[in-house]
Amino acid sequence: MDAISFWILATILVLASVLVVGQRNPMHSVFLLILSFAALAGLYILLGAPFAAMIQVIVYVGAIMVLFLFVVMLLNAPTEEATSGDRIRRMFGAGPRHFGAVLSAVFAVELALALIRLASMPMPSADRGAPVATVYDIGLRLFHDYGFAFEATSVLILVAMVGAIVLARREAR
Amino acid sequence: MLFGISRELIVHLVIIGVVFFALQITAAVLVYMERKVAAVIQERYGPYLVGPKGLMQPLADILKLIMKEELRPKGADVVLFYAAPILSATAAFAAFAVIPFGADTTFFGFLDSPIHLAAADVNVGLLVIFAISSMGVYGVVLAGWASNSKYSLLGGLRSSAQMISYELAYGLSFAAVILLAGSLSLRGIVDLQDGYWFGVIPRWYLFLQPFGFLIYLIAGVAETNRAPFDFPEAEQELVAGYHTEYSSMSFALFFLAEYVNMATVAAVATDLFLGGWHGPFPLPAGFEWIWFLVKVFAILFFYIWMRWTLPRYRYDQLMEFGWKWLLPAAVLNLLVTAGAVIYMGW
Amino acid sequence: MPEPTLNSFLLLSAVLFAIGTAGVFLRRNLITILLSIEVMLNAVNLTFVAVDRFRGTVDGQIIVFFVITVAAAEAAVGLAILIALFRHRESLNPDAFTSLKW
Repeated sequence: MDAISFWILATILVLASVLVVGQRNPMHSVFLLILSFAALAGLYILLGAPFAAMIQVIVYVGAIMVLFLFVVMLLNAPTEEATSGDRIRRMFGAGPRHFGAVLSAVFAVELALALIRLASMPMPSADRGAPVATVYDIGLRLFHDYGFAFEATSVLILVAMVGAIVLARREAR
Repeated sequence: MLFGISRELIVHLVIIGVVFFALQITAAVLVYMERKVAAVIQERYGPYLVGPKGLMQPLADILKLIMKEELRPKGADVVLFYAAPILSATAAFAAFAVIPFGADTTFFGFLDSPIHLAAADVNVGLLVIFAISSMGVYGVVLAGWASNSKYSLLGGLRSSAQMISYELAYGLSFAAVILLAGSLSLRGIVDLQDGYWFGVIPRWYLFLQPFGFLIYLIAGVAETNRAPFDFPEAEQELVAGYHTEYSSMSFALFFLAEYVNMATVAAVATDLFLGGWHGPFPLPAGFEWIWFLVKVFAILFFYIWMRWTLPRYRYDQLMEFGWKWLLPAAVLNLLVTAGAVIYMGW
Repeated sequence: MPEPTLNSFLLLSAVLFAIGTAGVFLRRNLITILLSIEVMLNAVNLTFVAVDRFRGTVDGQIIVFFVITVAAAEAAVGLAILIALFRHRESLNPDAFTSLKW
């Protein structure tokens, strides 16, 4: 496993995700998220999962993000206004938003503590004989063992399509 | 070993450089070819002033584009405005990176073992091409949005809606080829098209999948916003669609992206359906890429011919065609191919 | 430069998930909230693929395939609801939709 690629991709991923959450213009958020998805696809390739990487780019970047982009453009989504009041009061005052901030921080610390206690688990690297998962293997498993889930997912997509069309329709007067 | 760099690495870097420049030269050749073929179809002379028979016309065009003033509308979002053509051009070039264009060769003994002729040879090559083509939509959508102009926005939205609609038929048409070949690697698919049936007919997938080829070409033309499907760029309707507000190098990048996308669609069609670099009579080893070039330019000629012959589809006709006719046809093609593979063992 | 172990991938995934959660709690724009949910789903996908590599199976990638598909369906329906809401109130701020509040 290439250590340098991992660190570069991980940095891009985390930076882009932080900016997605922090940006005020939703258009910029969408494009930063696309960047983070591309970095994630790179990480998947590093982990020997080219199929997952390509599905990520094709479905997530190529379809879902286009959907988000269309909605942002068509709604002409307004840039979020900064909440009024001076900065100190905003940061340390009370209110559900600040409760949320505290909760997120507590959650992050909890996760970090839990993970630090794990023993180190080295990954098999490509040059030590770990195989790259081919599409053939995935296909075999998918259609043998997960066939029912596959069919159920297609019904789910159909339902979602119909639902989205019905929900976004203008009321006929 | 040259300065501690292996020969393989040098050759590989040279191949990457060659592919990159060949694409740009192809775009220049296409500029000339388009105007000359259009002229022949319309019974007039094409460009004939610049250079012998007008051959320096692309050079003149490029110089003109470089020297124009770079304009930007006042309300345009600066970052996104300039990112759009860069994204389009990058996606166009990157998609070509995984296309193999020649047989394995040792370059006349320069290398010890044969090397693949492609900028990057990956196992899931077809998926990569599909993935990067779907990223090309962003350049269009961004250009439409960031220009802060109503023609651009409408053109960008229509163009991207068209691209994502035809992507489905595009993908399904080569799903049928993947079924026949049993591999996602373009090189593997080309290698399976070697040889002849009955000594005469080459084993191209064109003959096993005539409808697949037709569907692929139509979807490819719609993907690249060309020929009868170029409503979003039509001068009479939308000024110039999503690239209305662009000038000079940004426009040149969009132009380049469009031609390189055409070349990619033609190259993938050649590899999947027309047997890649295998020709009627074998060329000396190391020169098989000449057949590849011939076939790609044949398809590009067909592209240009279609543009100047067929009238343009109206936007709603275009969308209806994509969803109601092409997509079911592609699905039917896939089903019939699947049936043939299972029951007749193709 | 230390070789990345499974721990590094799990930590990366945890960081991403925390970022996504923070986004859902803190942002006042419905689209950004939906984007943060996508960030969380991707963090989970990364965990699945990383553990897959560690154990040498392909089940994780199949689950990732399903998660991505379901995320697509959820994004579509979520955005449709968002559009319907926007038509009512002309605002994407969740604080504008308080008519069901006690």
